[in-house]
Amino acid sequence: MVDLIGKDATLTDYADKLQAEVKGRSLTQDALRRLFANKAALISIFLLIAVILVALIGPYFLPWPYDKIDWSAIRKPPDFAKGHFLGTDQNGRDMLARTLQGTQMSLLVAAVATSVSVVIGIVYGAVAGYFGGRIDAIMMRFVDIMYALPYILFVIILVVIFGRSPVLLFVGIGCLEWLTMARIVRGQTLSIKNREYIEAAQAGGARPFTIIFRHILPNLTGPVVIYATLTIPEIIITESFLSYLGLGVQEPQTSLGTLISFGAPVAEALPWMLYAPAFFLVLMLVCFSYLGDGLRDALDPKDR
Amino acid sequence: MLSYALRRVLSAIPIVFITITVCFFILRLAPGGPFDGERALPPDVLRNLRAYYNLDQPLIVQFFIYVGGVLRGDFGPSMVMQDFTVSRLLAIGLPFTLMLGFTAFILGTVGGFIAGALAAVNQNKWPDYLLVFIVLIPLIIPNFLMANIVQLVFGVYLHWLPVGGYKPGQIMNLVLPVIILSMPHGARVARLVRGSMIEVLGTNYIRTARSKGLGPSLILTRHALKPALLPVVSYLGPGLSYLLTGSLVVEQVFALPGIGKYFITAALNRDYGLVLGTTVLYVFIILVLNLIVDVLYAYLDPKVRLR
Repeated sequence: MVDLIGKDATLTDYADKLQAEVKGRSLTQDALRRLFANKAALISIFLLIAVILVALIGPYFLPWPYDKIDWSAIRKPPDFAKGHFLGTDQNGRDMLARTLQGTQMSLLVAAVATSVSVVIGIVYGAVAGYFGGRIDAIMMRFVDIMYALPYILFVIILVVIFGRSPVLLFVGIGCLEWLTMARIVRGQTLSIKNREYIEAAQAGGARPFTIIFRHILPNLTGPVVIYATLTIPEIIITESFLSYLGLGVQEPQTSLGTLISFGAPVAEALPWMLYAPAFFLVLMLVCFSYLGDGLRDALDPKDR
Repeated sequence: MLSYALRRVLSAIPIVFITITVCFFILRLAPGGPFDGERALPPDVLRNLRAYYNLDQPLIVQFFIYVGGVLRGDFGPSMVMQDFTVSRLLAIGLPFTLMLGFTAFILGTVGGFIAGALAAVNQNKWPDYLLVFIVLIPLIIPNFLMANIVQLVFGVYLHWLPVGGYKPGQIMNLVLPVIILSMPHGARVARLVRGSMIEVLGTNYIRTARSKGLGPSLILTRHALKPALLPVVSYLGPGLSYLLTGSLVVEQVFALPGIGKYFITAALNRDYGLVLGTTVLYVFIILVLNLIVDVLYAYLDPKVRLR
């Protein structure tokens, strides 16, 4: 009897355990687990969060704002007593505050331009892929043509026309960076649109755009997230490149590209003016590209 | 083959035309102009200036005057550098930019190909890891930063190479610019070659060749090379426009006399004539080079020709 009860208890235990374990993992959980198993991606996430927090909150704790001139410290190396932790530039402005402001600007550009490019790319690609046939051929031919043309020329022309307002810069970059996204979304849509559930939706009388937004787009999350992450560093590079050439963000506001362009010519005498912004720029780019690679491995396991 | 090439040429012509049209109208419709100075010009002077640049004509007439000029190789006057016509400026800068671009293109493609092939043959051994790591560097660090760092290290600290500037014959001045320009291109090529080479080396016909007793070098050159080249050739088109973007930076950083430098200066000065002329020329060059790449691709891959 005792034995039987003991056996019963073990069995119950086992059954409980089974029940607990059977609780299945969703695809997202699976992907997250794979992402967190990737050391480089995990470190990148932490570093990125740190950079974002420092760039957004840091300026409030600094003794000097980014556009304030300290007449007693012009072209000075790092000086902790005065609160210039990374030195000052030729105008006596605090380099740390300016670098953080530049980082903020780069992050802002990345956020706005990436959103714009993702939205355009998704809609364009999904429409081309879903309708197929001649519409697809024409739309994709246009993308091919745009691919061949150097888009930086068009960004520069936009800047020439509309002056150097940062908002326009963001939108302009976004409007020209959507090509890869459109191609990827189109490819995915082509493979999804013949599935049974799309057929079911069509049989149920859903209109094409309802199908695209309700049934196709949610299934594109994986590739879209991956390529959005991979687009961010490209956009940061484009923005800093334009600012480097003097066509981007204007004084007294600054961006990492502007800071590098001012720091580079004087780097022999005032090295801190080049190294601080260069460090932040490279750090962000490295983190975003490792994170993108990590996401690709996590969300698209067959590609490994 | 010939008909394929002809079709490609025909399809490229409208693209050039559309680009000219779009850029022309965008630039002309833009608010502000090159004559909006700090001090307003006397009305008579302004009227004469506008007449000289045909700005007093209706827009559509201006457009046809411009297109007619472009067809004859005349890009109109520069609006800021008033002693020069745009064609003359471009004629000064173009040979240099082409020379710089082609040197970097060949160096990058060949170097990238060798690196990629080496990595693929030694897959998952130390040369592979080393090469994959080296290839990441120019892809992550933007070229303007890289150019400045290289300038500092080799030019300022070590005094090995000149920092910038160029006069005909000073080949040492071109070493750093060419390397900086070719590195990202080479890195992308290397990535592509590594991927496609690994794929090709895993196919059945390579296994057959190996089982027949062919040596590794013979397998590589006879059987693996051509199919592994295909993705590279299809990348060369977009690669050219990356190179061009790079040449804007490199010419600026190293103070080289190419059209990229004119383009940036013109954009900063709002010199519409020069911006438009440079853009049209760039687009034209890119399309011509893309055509060559397409024809090359069709030669390598017969499937493309038949479509």
